[in-house]
This record gives sequence, structure tokens and C-alpha cells, in this order.
Amino acid sequence: MIRLSGVCKSYGTARVVDQVSAEIPSEGVTSIIGPNGAGKSTLLSLISRLQPMDAGSVAVGGLDVAATGSRELARTMAILRQENHLTMRLKVRDLVAFGRFPHSGGRPTAEDRGHIEYALEQLDLLTLADRFVDELSGGQRQRAFIAMVLAQDTGYLLLDEPLNNLDMKHSVEMMRLLRRLADELGKTVVVVIHDINFASCYSDTILAMRGGRLLHQGTPGQIMQPEVLREVYDIDIRIEEIDGNRIGVYFA
Amino acid sequence: MAISAVNRPAAADAASPSAAGRSDAHRAAVREAVLLALAGGGTAILAAASMFVGVSDVSLPALLSGSQDAWDIFWISRVPRTLAVILAGTAVAVAGLIMQLMVRNRFVEPSTVGTVESATLGILVVTVLAPAAPLLAKMGIASGFALAGTALFLAVLRRLPARNTLLVPLVGIMLGGVIASVTTFFAYRFDLLQTLNNWMIGDFSGVLRGRYELLWIVAGLTVLGYIAADRFTVAGMGADFTTNLGMNYKAIMRLGLTLVALISAVVVTTVGAVPFLGLVVPNIVSLIFGDNLRRAVPWTAVFGAGFVLGCDILGRTIRYPYEVPVGMVMSVLGAVIFLFLLLRGRKARG
Amino acid sequence: MADRAAVPQAPELTARRRSGLPRAASPAVVLAMLAIATLAAVVLFMTLDLRGNLGYVLPRRAVKVAAMLLVAVAVGLSTLMFQTVTANRILTPSIMGFDSLYLFIQTALVFAVGGSTLATAPVVGKFAAEVLLMVLFSGLLYRWLFTGGARSLHLMLLVGIVLGTLFRGGSSLLQRLMDPSEYIILQDLFFASFNQVDPALLWASAAVVGAIAAAAWRLRHTLDVLALGRDTAVNLGVDHRRVVSWVLLMCSVLVAVSTALVGPVTFFGLLVVSLGYQLCREYSHRWLLPIVGLLGAVALIGGQLVLEQVFGFDTALSIIIEFAGGILFLFLLLKGSLK
Repeated sequence: MIRLSGVCKSYGTARVVDQVSAEIPSEGVTSIIGPNGAGKSTLLSLISRLQPMDAGSVAVGGLDVAATGSRELARTMAILRQENHLTMRLKVRDLVAFGRFPHSGGRPTAEDRGHIEYALEQLDLLTLADRFVDELSGGQRQRAFIAMVLAQDTGYLLLDEPLNNLDMKHSVEMMRLLRRLADELGKTVVVVIHDINFASCYSDTILAMRGGRLLHQGTPGQIMQPEVLREVYDIDIRIEEIDGNRIGVYFA
Repeated sequence: MAISAVNRPAAADAASPSAAGRSDAHRAAVREAVLLALAGGGTAILAAASMFVGVSDVSLPALLSGSQDAWDIFWISRVPRTLAVILAGTAVAVAGLIMQLMVRNRFVEPSTVGTVESATLGILVVTVLAPAAPLLAKMGIASGFALAGTALFLAVLRRLPARNTLLVPLVGIMLGGVIASVTTFFAYRFDLLQTLNNWMIGDFSGVLRGRYELLWIVAGLTVLGYIAADRFTVAGMGADFTTNLGMNYKAIMRLGLTLVALISAVVVTTVGAVPFLGLVVPNIVSLIFGDNLRRAVPWTAVFGAGFVLGCDILGRTIRYPYEVPVGMVMSVLGAVIFLFLLLRGRKARG
Repeated sequence: MADRAAVPQAPELTARRRSGLPRAASPAVVLAMLAIATLAAVVLFMTLDLRGNLGYVLPRRAVKVAAMLLVAVAVGLSTLMFQTVTANRILTPSIMGFDSLYLFIQTALVFAVGGSTLATAPVVGKFAAEVLLMVLFSGLLYRWLFTGGARSLHLMLLVGIVLGTLFRGGSSLLQRLMDPSEYIILQDLFFASFNQVDPALLWASAAVVGAIAAAAWRLRHTLDVLALGRDTAVNLGVDHRRVVSWVLLMCSVLVAVSTALVGPVTFFGLLVVSLGYQLCREYSHRWLLPIVGLLGAVALIGGQLVLEQVFGFDTALSIIIEFAGGILFLFLLLKGSLK
């Protein structure tokens, strides 16, 4: 479980995350949704200690992120931000191998290699494993980075807009993979996601944010309601039920 | 609906300069003229002080008592020196402003785009090939080099992948560095390193009657720059924009380039480089008064003269009776102000 | 379906284009070749044109070669590590004004304590004091720079270059403010060159460079991770702030050593490290660290050898480095290798 209590973050005078308290349940997929500037990505950075928070506390699997050593946290949770630039030429397999650094400190063992191959396979990267990352397309590069955090083999997986750069096929595959990780391996997956319908179809819990505040937390059934979405996005969204999933229609 | 809502206040604005508004503008103009006169007065006081600072005793009582020695030093050394400082300070500051208008970048000036370094290379070339050439010829060659160096910078600038505000001065400084290393190499080969310093570090201590008069050339160039200042602003908007307004873009750019190159070359040959001056002064002026060109040029000229006068007096008094060249004082003060300008921008950007 | 068939084509095309490039040799081969080249350069430097009293000439040359080796390793390693922790290919300690800062500290120390006192002080003690001050001030300055607000690389570069100008200007200003007689006595201090290296200083420098090289070697895996950028490094459990501070401290000391030995060489690090990246096929500090160190040694000793023997120049190497490095830097800027 990830427990947030009274988490705040400001940049200058702008409060980006405002008094957020929540419990994100274990073993499942949780999506954070909200309009641009809602503070979703910042909240994820605060949970994952990429940025220090101004007030409040976060505990991931019982570990206080402000007080626990970085190495131990790296074996508990993995985070992937939206933008990942590489300044050097690395092969995909070498990049994924970095995911084992928290475990082996740069000297991979046979067990590490198993995790690396598993991650490559899960993200459909085996044929690209010996390519250089900078030669890949945006979507392939995105998958390579996700494979790296998957190889990290942590109970908690935090992804900031993992569907960025992915086409429809790979978006669906990505969400299915996250679902499988939660269902079969018992991982806790938290994603910041823009597409409310992906959130609706694949998550157990949705956190809806706006203006730095957490407005609602609930199951897709509770969040995918016209009045809730109106409060979050400020537009009217019709909800249709298709094959048991609640789909928001907002294109017209 | 939305369009008319946006348009309405603008239309109201355009209609509003009524009689009251115009008299406000008039009052502001008068106030500014008074302020400018005050600043000019301040600079004049600095100039007066500059007449009386130095190792030899030139005091007001000595002059009044009609001491021939005092008057000699006054006319041969002090007056020429003060005039040289004012001429060079005004011209370099205005040259910096012109450069900034043409390139549309706050951080360019002759010493951050390679102009000064090219001029220095030019002087070195003449000194090696024709040591006996008259000063005016040296100036001519230096101007030619300065022109070529600045044109090279502008050519490189066109090839930049993205017009980043900070990338422009970075490229300019590096280009200047490469040119300077060529100069240093040949100066080293021909044993002229010592002489090279005379041009690289501005120093007014050698200014005497008969050895600075060529600086009056830059006074004419500065006036020319003032008259044409509006055109440089327009040219800074780009070739299409300029042509659309019915002006000849290439001619304006050529004029600006020539002005900047000539001013830099003349100043470098007579007194040596005054680093950062053309960057610091226009930026301070725009910090205080905002960006309005008609106003910026006279302010830049007055501040430029005042700034160099202040630095020169400081250089003469800080280690009395020895003198510290004004170029050294400027490189420290200028760098500090440049840093302030850079980091101030960072805070503003968030 | 058609979409699926189309997907693999694009990467295959780029792969074919890339494979047209000549394959670099394996890092081990590169390293071995560099080691041989370094050895050859050292031997040639020691033996070429040997005349006169060998008991006098040989030790002098040995000191010179040792100083060059130390400088090469110090500049190479500090530049490589600096680029790694700042995750870019263009910032170097010298470009950020580190060595001008050291020069300024040296001058300020003479200015504050007085030249005659300092001239009689033991060389190693003075060196230690300077290094200490250097670490202190560069630590304050660069932590402030690297941790403060929006970190645009262009801004950092420009600030670094202007800081360099400021420190150099400040040094010359202080030198002017000193008593002229004192200044002349101390000129040796400011214009260090390979020809007049104090042997005691050499031993102290060797110990420092050796210790830091060993520490860098131990950090090699962490350095690989740091090169992935801050967020990824933190995700992988690196205590980013602590490690970066530690590496910057090592860089400050290395710069102090090299500047104390030869004075500032602004673009040497950029040249050597850029070439090192080209030669090393594998991105891994296991290979990069030794390759960059040896490459620096070959470039410095070999360059000096060629200049002295072929062109009969003596101290022009730093000017040539400045020229070539400046052009490389411009090229990197224009290529847009800045993010």
C-alpha cells in the first residue's frame, strides 16, 4: 500500500500539489487522471522521491520515502518519468540491464540476466535487443525504458504517462501487461494517464486530480460519471457502457 | 463572439489618446528630458573629476594661479584623456546597442561576437607585414578584419539549429576565442605577445594630445548610428518584415555591420578593447527605462561615457600612484553585471 | 494488419544506414593500442635528441614527462566525470571556469598573505592550502549553480564562461594591485609550465591523482548509472545529491592539480573526452576511464614531441589546443548536441 498524508509541493508561489492524502491499495492498477496542470506528474515525483515534498509524508510498502535509503527504495519501487533522454549510445539490452543495478551494483549475476530477458520478452523487444537506443522510434524507446523498470523487479511500479509515443496496438499491449503484472505477479502499479477510457478499462482504482488537489478516489464505476468528470475536466462527457466497460464520449 | 470581445478593448484604446492623454505624454517627455540632462550633468561632473585625477599635480588653484606646468599637463594629457574616454565610451556602448538591435539578442556586443578579436588580428597582421604603416592604414586594415569577423558571426548564426537567446552569445564568444587563439599563436611566433596586450586590454593612460584625435571618427559614426537606429530595429525583425515596410534589408544590415566594425576597430587601435561595455550599458538602460529605442540611444550614450569615466577614475585611484588599465576594471565589473543579467533572467523564468 | 507489416521497416532502414559506418575496434584493443602509443611517446620523449650531460638532462625530462602524464590523467578524468554527472557532452570543468577559479585563488592567496611570506612557505603546504580553498569555493559555487532552479544547459555554459572571464580578470586585477616588485618575484607562480615543475609538488600531485583515479575506478558502475540522467539514477537507487557532490569534489581537486602544474588549458579536456567517446564502442566507464586517461597522455606528450621536434616550437601547445578545442566546441554547439 502507498499511504500519502498531507502532501504539498509549491514552485515559488504556485502550489502544485495541495494537501493530498490518499491510500493506494496494493496489488492492482491505480490510475491518476486530471487535466493539464492538475499536479499528477508532480505527485508521482513526490511519491517516488524524485523531488522533495514541502510538507506531508509518503510511505510505500511501509517505507517512509523521506527517511529510507535510496538503494532500498530502488528495490521496492520503480519510477519512469515521461521524458527520457540518453546522452550516450547504449544498446537496448544494456539499458534494460541497468534495471538490475539496485540489486547487483553493476555486476550482473545469472539471476539478473533472467530478469533482463524476461523484461525484454514482455515488452516485445527481443528482436531489438542489440540495437542502439538512439536508433529506435519513439515508441520502441519508450518500451525499452519500461523494460528497464520492469527488470528492476519491484513490488511497486510508478509510470508517468506510459502510453506517450505508443500507437494503439502498443498502448493496448502496455495496459494489458500492466494488468497482468498486477494480477499474476501481485504488483502495485500506479500510472498517470491522460486517456480516461484506458483508465476506466484497466484500473482498479482511479484518483482524479485538479488544481493540485485530489478531488475523488474510487473505482472506475464511481469515477466514470458525467457529474464527476465535469467537475474534473470542466466539459460534459457522456458515459456509455460497452462490453461492461464505462466509456466516456467527449469528441463531440 | 470571441473575436469581437478581443477586439473591443483594442479599438477603445486606439480611440482614447485624448487631450488629457497627450498632455500626460508631453509631461513625461519633459520629465525625461530633465532626467537625461541630470544624467548628462552627472557625467560632466565625472569628466571634470577626470581632469584632476593623476600623479602630476593639476589642481584648480594651480590652474587659477596660472602655473604653466599645470596648464601644459591639463591640455596635453588630462583633456585629451577625458575626451578619449567619453568618445570611446559613448561609441562602444552605442555599437553594442546597434548590434543587439540587428541580431535581436540582448547578450551580443562587439566583444561577444568576435568583432574585437578580429580587429586585433587585423592590427597584428599589419604590424607583422608592414610595421611602418601609418596609424590610419592600420585602422583601415583592422576595420576590414572586424567587418569580416562580424560577417562570419552572422553567417554562422544563420546556420544555428535553433535561435536560442543564450546560444547566440555562446557561439559568438567561442568564435572570438578561436580567432583570438590564432592571433595569440602568431603573436607568439613573432614575439609580439607584449604588444598584443596593448590592444586587448583597454588603457587610457597613454592618451596624449596628438595621439587620440582619430577617435573623433567614432563620434561621427555614433551620430550616424543614432540617426539610423530605427532602421536597425526594423532590420532585426527579419528580411521579409523589412522589405514589407519598403526598406532595403541588405543595405541596412551592411550599414549596421560597418558602423559596429569601424567603431570597434578605431577604439581597439587607439586605446584597446573595453570588454562588456556594449553589453552592460544598453541592458542597464533597458532595465531602467524599458525598451524604447528613441529614448535608448541617448541614454546609452550618456551612460556609456559615464561608466567608462567612472572605471577610468577608479583605475587611476585604486592603486595610486600606479594605474590599473580600464580594460581590466571593465572585465571584472562587466563580468559581474553580465552574470547578474543572466541569473536575473533565470529567476524571472521561474 | 498492413500496419503491423509496416512497423519493422523504419528501424531496419536506419540499421542498414548505421551499419555502413566502419565498426570501431573493441575497447580492449583500443586500450592496448593507446597503452603502446603512450609508452612509445614517453620513450621517444626521453631519448630523442639526447645530448650533453645525461645526469642532468634525463631527470629533467623525466619530471616533465611525469608532469604531463599527471595533467593528462587529471584533465581527462575530471572532464569525463564532470560530463557524466551533468549528463551532457559539452560542459567541462575548464569551460565552467574551474581552472580560472584556481588561478584566482592562487593570486588572492598571494595578495592576502603577501608574496615574500608565501615564497618561503613549503611548496606542498601552499599547494594543500590552495586545493582546500579550491574545493571549498568550487563546492559552494557549483552546488549553487547545479541545484538552483531551472537548469538550462545554455545558461550554465554562458554563466561558466563569464565566470571564467571574471576570475581571470580578477586575477590580473589583483596582480596589478600588488606591489610591482613583489609581483615580479611571484611571476613564476602564476605562469607555471612543464619546464619548471617542482619535484616535491610532483610527488604530492601524483599521490592525489592516484587516489582519485582509484576512487573513480571504484565508482565506475555508479558513474554509468549517473550518465542516464538524474531521474533514472535516483530511480535506480543512487543517492544522487551525495554522489554528484562527491564527484564534483574530485573534479575540483583534479583541476587544482593540473592547473598548479601547467596553468589553465581550457579545451584539452573537451578534445580528449570527445575523441574518447568516438573511440570507445561500449559506453561503460570501465573502458572510458582508462581510455580517456591514456588518450590524454598520448595527445599531450605526443603533441609536445611533435611541436618540439618537428616545428621547433616550445610552449605553443596550449594555444593550438585552444584553437582546435574552440572549433570542436563551436561544432558541437552548431550540431545541436545540446538539449
